[in-house]
Amino acid sequence: MKKILLLLAGLFSVVTHSQETIQKDSLKTVTVEAKRKGLKKSLSGTANTTVVTSKELLKAACCNLAESFETNPSIDVNFSDALTGTKQIKMLGLTSPYIMITEENVPSVRGASQAYGLSFTPGTWVESIQITKGAGSVVNGYESISGQINTELIKPIKDIPFFLNAYGSTDSRFELNTHFNKKISDYWATSLFVHGNARVAKNDMNDDGFLDNPLGKQVNIANRWQYSNPKTGWVSFLNLRFMKDEKQTGEVNFDPDRDKLTTNYWGSEINTERLDFTSKVGYVFKDMPYQSIGFQNAFSSHNQQSYFGLNQYNIKQQSYYSNLIFNSILSNTMNKFAAGLNFTYDKYAEFVNLTDVGRIDNSAGAFFEYTYDNGDTFSYILGGRFDYHNRLGGFFTPRLHVKYNPWEKAVLRFSAGRGKRAANIFAENQNLFASSRTFQVLDSNGKIYGLDPEIAWNYGLSFTQNFKLFGMNADTTIDFYRTDFQNQAVVDVMNSPQKVLFYNLKGKSYANSLQLDFNLEIIRHLNLRTAYKYYDISTDYLSGSYQRPLQAKHRFFANLEYETHIVEKGKQWKFDYTFNWLGKQQLPYTASNPAQDRFADFSPSFAVMNAQITRTFSSTFEVYIGGENIGNYRQDKAILGANDPFGSNFDTSMVYAPVFGQMYYAGLRFKIK
Amino acid sequence: MKNVILGMLLIFAVFSTQAQQKKNKNAKYEFEVNGNCEQCQKRIQKAAFSVLGVKSAEWRIDDHILHLVINEEKCSVSDVKKAIAKVGHDTDEVKAEDSVYENLHSCCKYERK
Repeated sequence: MKKILLLLAGLFSVVTHSQETIQKDSLKTVTVEAKRKGLKKSLSGTANTTVVTSKELLKAACCNLAESFETNPSIDVNFSDALTGTKQIKMLGLTSPYIMITEENVPSVRGASQAYGLSFTPGTWVESIQITKGAGSVVNGYESISGQINTELIKPIKDIPFFLNAYGSTDSRFELNTHFNKKISDYWATSLFVHGNARVAKNDMNDDGFLDNPLGKQVNIANRWQYSNPKTGWVSFLNLRFMKDEKQTGEVNFDPDRDKLTTNYWGSEINTERLDFTSKVGYVFKDMPYQSIGFQNAFSSHNQQSYFGLNQYNIKQQSYYSNLIFNSILSNTMNKFAAGLNFTYDKYAEFVNLTDVGRIDNSAGAFFEYTYDNGDTFSYILGGRFDYHNRLGGFFTPRLHVKYNPWEKAVLRFSAGRGKRAANIFAENQNLFASSRTFQVLDSNGKIYGLDPEIAWNYGLSFTQNFKLFGMNADTTIDFYRTDFQNQAVVDVMNSPQKVLFYNLKGKSYANSLQLDFNLEIIRHLNLRTAYKYYDISTDYLSGSYQRPLQAKHRFFANLEYETHIVEKGKQWKFDYTFNWLGKQQLPYTASNPAQDRFADFSPSFAVMNAQITRTFSSTFEVYIGGENIGNYRQDKAILGANDPFGSNFDTSMVYAPVFGQMYYAGLRFKIK
Repeated sequence: MKNVILGMLLIFAVFSTQAQQKKNKNAKYEFEVNGNCEQCQKRIQKAAFSVLGVKSAEWRIDDHILHLVINEEKCSVSDVKKAIAKVGHDTDEVKAEDSVYENLHSCCKYERK
C-alpha cells in the first residue's frame, strides 16, 4: 500500500508544480498528524499553496465546487446573481476566468463552462483542493493569471465501497449523492458516482415577482477506473462523465411552454449537457523512483442552449487537450525538472441572438520547469513555456516561485509570472443577457470577437510565521499580490445602464490585493481563523477610472470551529461558524435612469453569517444541520425595472448581497467501509 | 593513420573497462543511520547529497533507514557513509568522531550503539 501511495505521489508530482507541497503533505498526514487539519499551509512548499482537505469541505452546505470555498479566506465567493443562482468565485479580486481551474490537472472550467462550470462538480466527489495564489505552474498552460485551483476527486483505490449523502434545504433544494466502489483485482479499482439535485418549488421572498433562485434539476454521473501496479511502475486513470443540467428562472408566472420568447412574462431557461472523457497513463521508471513519464488526454463536449427573455444564447464547445510530461532529476533529487508538450483544440459553435460568432482555436506548446530544493531552507521553481496559438500568436510564458525560510517556523515566498488568454466575452458575461442592455464590441481588428488577447503580469510576496500564543498554536500571514494588465478585454457597465461595452484596454488596469491572516487554536479543539482583505482593483474605462464594479474594497472574514473529543464508536459533535463582512462596493452606472430604477454609486456594507452543527453517531453515520445568512441580510432591490421586464431599464445583474435571505438545511452521510 | 589507430585503441579501452566492471548507474541501497529528529534528517540528507554521484537520499525519522540511489561509476556506499559520519551520524561501517558527535544539537544526540 505504501508503495502504491509513493507511486501515485510520484505520478502526480509529474503534474502540478504544487506537487512538492502535496507530496510532502500527503506523506506527513500518513506519519505525523494525529488530528487532520481542514486547511493546510505548508512551510516547505515553494508556491503559496493552501490544501483544502475533504474534512474542510464538510463544514459548509457545500453542494458543489462553487460553494466549497465559503470557509476559506483565499477565495471570495460572490452572491449568486438574481437570475441563475450560480456563485462566481474570485481570487486576488479577479473573477474565475483569470484563475486556472483544473480537475486532476486537466483544465476543466474554461471557455463555454466558465459561468456555471464550478457547479457541475458535486462536493462529495472531491478528495482535496489545492489553491495556489499567484502565477502558478507552466505545466498546465499559459492561461492562469491570478492563481490556480486544482481539484482532486476521490481515488478508486482508496475509496470506500459505498457512500450516501442526502441533503434538503428551506429554499427547496434537494440533493442525493451515491458512490459505489469495487476493487476488481490487486491492480484495478473502479468507482461510480451518481449525483442528482433539484429545486422544485418557486421562491420569491422579496415579492418582486421574480424567482429568487432558479428551478432546476441536474443529473451527474461519473465512472472512474484506476490501475496501479507497483511491480511494473505503471499507473492509469480513466474517467467517463455525463452531466445534464436544466434551469428555469424569471417571473413567477412564467410558463416556458406558453411564454418562451414572448413578452407575456419574462423568463429564461438554461439547459446544459456535458460529456467528458479523460485518460491518464503514467510510468515510474524501475530503479529510478524520481523519474517518470505521464500522458494525459481529455475530450469534452459542452452544449448550452439558453434564452434570457428575448435574448437567445447558444454555445457548444468541443475540446481536446493533451499533455505529455517527463519528470526527472539533474544529478540528484535536489535538482528536479519537468519537461513536456501540450496540445489544445477548441471548436466553438456559438450564436448570440442567432448571429454566428463561432470559432476554432488550437494551440501547441512546449514547457520546461526546473525545481531546486536544498532540502532545508531554500527552494525555487523556474518555468517557461513557448506556445503557438492560431489567435494569440507565438508567445513565451515565464514563471518563477521562490521560497526561503529566514528563521524557524517562518516562510517567505515570492512569485512572478505572465499569463495570456482569449476572453470568451459572451460566455463569461452571460448574466448580462438577462437585462435590457445591448452588447457592443467597439473594436474590430482583433481575432477574438474583434478584441485582442488579454495579457497580464502577476507579482506576489507572502510571509508566514507560526508561533505560540499562551502556549497554543498560532500563525499569521501577510500576502500582497499585484496583477498588471497589459491588455484586457474590458467589460464596461460604467457607461450606460442600457449598454455593455467591450473594448481593448486603453490606459491602465491593475488589481492589488492585500490579505492579513491570523489563526489561533484558542483552546484544544477550538480554532479561530480570521482574515482581513483589501482590494484595489481599478480599470480605465471610457468614462473614467473606476474600481471594478461589485467588488468590496474591504472584507473581513472569521471562522470558528469547535469539536468535542471523539468518544466510543466515533461519536462526536462538530460546530462551525463563519462570519463575512463586506465593505461598500462600486455599483454599475445607473444615474441616467429614472429615479425608481437607479442604484446609488456604492452599495451599503453588510455582514453575512453561516453556521453548521454536525453530529457523528459512528464512523459510518452522521447528520448535519446548518444555516446560511442567518442574520437574514437581503438586498432590498435585486432587479432593476422588475415591473417592466421588457422595458429599457430592466437589469438582473447587479447583485451585491444575498437575495434570498436566511436559508436552513439538513443532511446525512452514510458510509459502508 | 596513427591517429585512427590511437582513437580505436581508446574506444576499445573505454569499452572494455566498462564491460569489465558493469557498474550500476542507479544502484539502490538501504541501511540504518543513527539519528533522532527532523534536524538530523536534514543534516544526514545534506551530507549524502554532498557526495558526487548520489541521486536520491531519503532518511526516514520513524525507522532511521536511509534510502539511497547512487551512480556507482561516481561513488560507493562507503563514500556516503563516510560523509554522513563526518557530520556526526553513525552507520554500521563508519562511526562519527566523538568530538563531532558532542557538537550535535542537544535534540540530535542519539543513543550510540
